[in-house]
Amino acid sequence: MRQFLGKRAFASAISLVGLVILVFFLSRLTGDPTDLYLPVDASLEAREQFRELHGFNDPLLVQFGRYVWDLLHLDFGESIREARPAIDVVLQGFGWTLSLAVVTMSIVTVAAVVIGSLAAFRVGGIFDRLATFFSLIGASAPDFWIAIVAIVIFAVNLHWLPTSGTGTVWHWILPVAVLFIRPFGLILQVVRGSMITALSSAYVKTAKAKGVRARPIIFVHALRNGLLPVITVIGDQAAAILNGAVVVETIFGFPGIGKLMIDSILQRDFAVVLAAIMISALAIFIMNLLIDMAYAVLDPRIRY
Amino acid sequence: MADHLLEVRNLSVEFHTAQGVVKAVEDVSWHLDRGETLAILGESGSGKSVSASAVMNLIDMPPGRIRQGKILLDGKDLLKMTDEERRRINGKRIAMVFQDPLAHLNPVYTVGWQIAEIMRVHGTPQADAHARALALLKRVGLPEPEAALNKYPHQFSGGQRQRLMIAMAVAMKPDILIADEPTTALDVTVQAEVLSLMQELQKETGMGILLITHDLGVVAEIADRVVVMNGGRVVETGQAAEVYTNPQHPYTKKLIGAAPGKGEMPVEGDRDGEPLLKVQSLQKSYGAFHALKGVTFTIMPGETVAVVGESGSGKSTLARALLRLEEPNGGKAIYRGRDLVTMAPKDLFKMRRDIQMVFQDPTQSLNPRMTVYQIIAEAWAIHPDILPKSQWRGRVSELLTKVGLHPEMAARYPHQFSGGQRQRIAIARALAMEPSLIICDEAVSALDVSIQAQVIQLLDGLRKEFDLSYLFIAHDLPVVRDFADRVIVMKAGRIVEEGPVRQVFDHPREEYTRALLAASLDPDPNVQAARRDARRNMETAVA
Repeated sequence: MRQFLGKRAFASAISLVGLVILVFFLSRLTGDPTDLYLPVDASLEAREQFRELHGFNDPLLVQFGRYVWDLLHLDFGESIREARPAIDVVLQGFGWTLSLAVVTMSIVTVAAVVIGSLAAFRVGGIFDRLATFFSLIGASAPDFWIAIVAIVIFAVNLHWLPTSGTGTVWHWILPVAVLFIRPFGLILQVVRGSMITALSSAYVKTAKAKGVRARPIIFVHALRNGLLPVITVIGDQAAAILNGAVVVETIFGFPGIGKLMIDSILQRDFAVVLAAIMISALAIFIMNLLIDMAYAVLDPRIRY
Repeated sequence: MADHLLEVRNLSVEFHTAQGVVKAVEDVSWHLDRGETLAILGESGSGKSVSASAVMNLIDMPPGRIRQGKILLDGKDLLKMTDEERRRINGKRIAMVFQDPLAHLNPVYTVGWQIAEIMRVHGTPQADAHARALALLKRVGLPEPEAALNKYPHQFSGGQRQRLMIAMAVAMKPDILIADEPTTALDVTVQAEVLSLMQELQKETGMGILLITHDLGVVAEIADRVVVMNGGRVVETGQAAEVYTNPQHPYTKKLIGAAPGKGEMPVEGDRDGEPLLKVQSLQKSYGAFHALKGVTFTIMPGETVAVVGESGSGKSTLARALLRLEEPNGGKAIYRGRDLVTMAPKDLFKMRRDIQMVFQDPTQSLNPRMTVYQIIAEAWAIHPDILPKSQWRGRVSELLTKVGLHPEMAARYPHQFSGGQRQRIAIARALAMEPSLIICDEAVSALDVSIQAQVIQLLDGLRKEFDLSYLFIAHDLPVVRDFADRVIVMKAGRIVEEGPVRQVFDHPREEYTRALLAASLDPDPNVQAARRDARRNMETAVA
């Protein structure tokens, strides 16, 4: 187990180094941020001073070396835009996104697993057909469109919910609902397929021959086997939200990491972009570890 | 008329498929009484398992449909009961043991939990169920029963898993135990143990056993009465010994005639000259596990050498190491004067043409996306010097005819054939290379008895026609007896005995060979009864 963790951490560290190099130089390609931050009529001296202050005058390799050196001291640099440590800005946004992801994926998982399992139990039944129909629509509808239509209906016309921002529970409903739809459709399909396989397996036949009731056959015998492939998809979908539900966060003015990244790229706030990417990468790494752990917990045949 | 314990009366089951209605069984009747063992004997597709599935309410409806008939348990019709009433009977009054215990045990729950579950669902309190599960594991003779309770199915051997299944099935002391091919996947010695366990439990509880099998030997060993099925119908029924010695229906006669192990054993001819293959202390290890611990033997041109042994004896590793599908760790294999073990890849490529392999499962070893023509002609695409392309089509037709198939079948895909036909295709594919030596790894094990006999006959004919040598790997001793010239008995990576068939079968030298022969089941119930007595005497003598 410890060896497995070590190997995993080492492999992830290598990818992280590659990521830092790539993102550092790519972001520099977008140009000099000076013009974006100083007024149009700023003097040449002021511009020069700004560049000198943020180190934009040094050769790119020197800038990179300095960045890496700071990084090794856990210093992610300063946000130009907010004039405070980039990591603080990022962690704040990440906290919001993490909450959004956890809330959404919890609801998605419970709903998809229960509905998908029941659909698989009577394949071709009315319940199965309804579930399949709506999940297919959900999995294929573009979320920006759903988000805007939802705002028009529930916020603008009906005045039931706020259009954007945060503050109360009501602010969460629309973003969570919009984020819910696509992973729900996708995971439901995977659960259904995987449960159809599990329910037609030999050990389910044994359970029937033992006289086990229908509900434990579905939710005890088949589900624990059927969940294995589902977990990977749940992880992927959660990662997609963590990586920045950019569209949904932007539309609903939700101060998560996705919105933060877009804003920072547009503002050439390089330190924040890099910190955000590294935090996301770390989150994905932890998530994949959790998925591997879940596999080992669910299936005794898997040992690391 | 008193009611039987279980009676199936005029049962007809059909399946509605895309290709139309398939009649699985038609007008099937049989009955089972307390303390008796009834065998349903049939080959694949005979419908032998269908009536048992109907008894257990395991037929999915749709696509299945029970068109007519009754299933009477103590005179009450199961088919008129609700699902809930039948659920209460399942596991409690009628329990079932299946063929492949690894697939039929849930892989993610401990065996203790699974055994306790059958008691819990029928109302036994958790604590009692747990205690009884432990007692059951002890009863079926599982080593370290306390520890076993907390293990998972994959941590046991095949024979142990079948013991677990039996422990689970008898947990509620059922009146009827249905066993569907319970020993088919097991080694002969393990098979004998599992069958005698079932008989002991039957004596203790007086339950009726319904045994579904394709194996005349199993019928001879354990059944009181037998129902012979073919094409979804019962063709014959009667006392096991009576049916064997005096079969009435032509199908039963054919089935008994096809049973291997009764023919004249070949007389060892003198084979002089250079051996075709000379294997010297061949070794193969997987880490610390030594699968082959130095194996030495020879094959003469035109000779059939059988390798027998139980699972884990290293017989399949031997085949793969010879073909260098797995790299041997040491030893020599001199084929026509050249060492296969150290041969350079280029020479090995040419040599592979000369040594061909026929695998156990033709469903998996034939590419499902290629036509029979493509499968066979691929040999010549890889080795273009065998045959110019213009002659491919003609040669494929020729080969198909040789293995007893129609030349028009060349355009079809593997899934359109039966298991026996597929194995013929695999043989034709091997022949396309014009080899001198064919390694058959359990090549007939998956086939029905009558098909098995045909394929063996085919192999024997081809040997004479093309002067082939065979290395014939099998776990089934009777098959080997009829077909091979010499036998090698393997155990735990070593050869324990070697000799001409006659000598090994009639005068085995080694204890292990004797145990293997004693455990293999003869299709004649009378022979089997005599062997059973002999075995018991041996056991008492040992005790």
